[in-house]
Amino acid sequence: MERYLDFLVEYGPRFVDGTIVTVQQTVLAALLAVAIALVMGLMKLSKLFLVRSVATTYIEIFRGTSLLIQLFWIFFVLPLFGITLEKFTAGFIAVGMNLGAYGAEVVRGAIISVPRGQYEVAIALNLSPYKRMTRIILPQALIAMLPPWGNLFIELLKGTALVALISVTDLMFEARQINGTTFLSAEAFGTALIIYYLLARLLISPSMLALERVMARKMGRTPGG
Amino acid sequence: MDNDTHPIRLRETDPPAVRFSQVSKHYGDLTVLDSLDLDIAANEIVSIIGPSGSGKTTVLRVLMTLEPIDDGVIYLYGQPLTHMERGGILVQSSDAHLRKMRSDIGMVFQHFNLFPHMTVIENCMEAPVQALGLSKDEARERSMDLLTMVGIADKAGQHPSRLSGGQQQRVAIARALAMRPKVMLFDEVTSALDPEVIGEVLNVIRQLAGEHDLTMIIVTHQMGFAREISDRVCFFYEGRIAEQGPPDQLIGNPQNERTRMFLSAVLDAD
Repeated sequence: MERYLDFLVEYGPRFVDGTIVTVQQTVLAALLAVAIALVMGLMKLSKLFLVRSVATTYIEIFRGTSLLIQLFWIFFVLPLFGITLEKFTAGFIAVGMNLGAYGAEVVRGAIISVPRGQYEVAIALNLSPYKRMTRIILPQALIAMLPPWGNLFIELLKGTALVALISVTDLMFEARQINGTTFLSAEAFGTALIIYYLLARLLISPSMLALERVMARKMGRTPGG
Repeated sequence: MDNDTHPIRLRETDPPAVRFSQVSKHYGDLTVLDSLDLDIAANEIVSIIGPSGSGKTTVLRVLMTLEPIDDGVIYLYGQPLTHMERGGILVQSSDAHLRKMRSDIGMVFQHFNLFPHMTVIENCMEAPVQALGLSKDEARERSMDLLTMVGIADKAGQHPSRLSGGQQQRVAIARALAMRPKVMLFDEVTSALDPEVIGEVLNVIRQLAGEHDLTMIIVTHQMGFAREISDRVCFFYEGRIAEQGPPDQLIGNPQNERTRMFLSAVLDAD
């Protein structure tokens, strides 16, 4: 125990630095994933075949292949085509694009779960197609998509660990470095494991729960009732 | 009785509020409207009755432009609704044309379809603000007047989930009226309600009929209500009007065999 405390005193600051980078990667990737999911989810519901096809292709590629390979493509292969991204940028873009593909299906599913009558009454009240979607359908779909998004955000947080492999100095990167110099594998990876868990448990889950409560109140329901 | 005679005569200069001209609608092999001709005069109250699958709800749905028609033309105050004139011929109407035409029509649905994420007053204000461009204050004033009229002003700040079915349906009526339509469509508005609250909704419609200049088309299973409120009752069978006439005649003394069978079945059930 004392040995572990010494370990923490020695390497704690590096875990903190790594955690900060992991949180940054997670937040930026999550924002990108939500934006992509919304656009692709809506495109998948388009009447136009071409628009639908673009979304389907995107989802199939990013959901059907490994996140690690996508990350390597974005960081190592894109420069061959003249697009060079900084490693930090490449990291959250890869994670965000990957989770965005899963999110697109969540968005699509939530939108089609809104009862048909809501579309019809929005037409009958002569709202424009844009307002039908943004004011009537999406707010109701949002409630249906919050719980699955909670899962996706936790997946996304854990997915960011892969960015260590392109040398982004995140939590996983620091843990590997510490392990490499000290050979204290249990302490190094054990600490990282606990921090990942706490981030999911104390940051993501409560935030999602709070959001669900806010939405439930907007619907005039008491939480849990 | 001849399908083409209309009990209410129209002056030639006055186009009917609503005219179905040879309108057909199919779902695959199923014909729900079969070359339907129907004129409804301004301020006329017409009830549509008939067995399920007879096309009565479809009449309202195609008029509200919720579904396209396959053949024929629907006119609203003499103007084609589902079509528009371009270079002297009628072509399928654009979205912009549909939105312009739709503004004269309001519809109340069987399942109310209130917006669950908005309060009662927000439900009523939404379309006047977002579609008509009214200021929030104007929309709120207009909505409160209507909520008072339907007797539910005290629930203005509540969410629909806190209201009974009858209260929700009265809000839905106020919400449709807030758009100031000239033609109101009521699609089996009491069918989803508990028996004890049907009366409160029917009373609101009675009041509308008495106090406002509205053309109303009412699809209903409430024969007593249809008889009392309507200028004319149409009996639908297999996508056509099998018989129509003043309520006392059609419900009291039907001529068509189908009408008699239908009425005796429904009235027995009551």
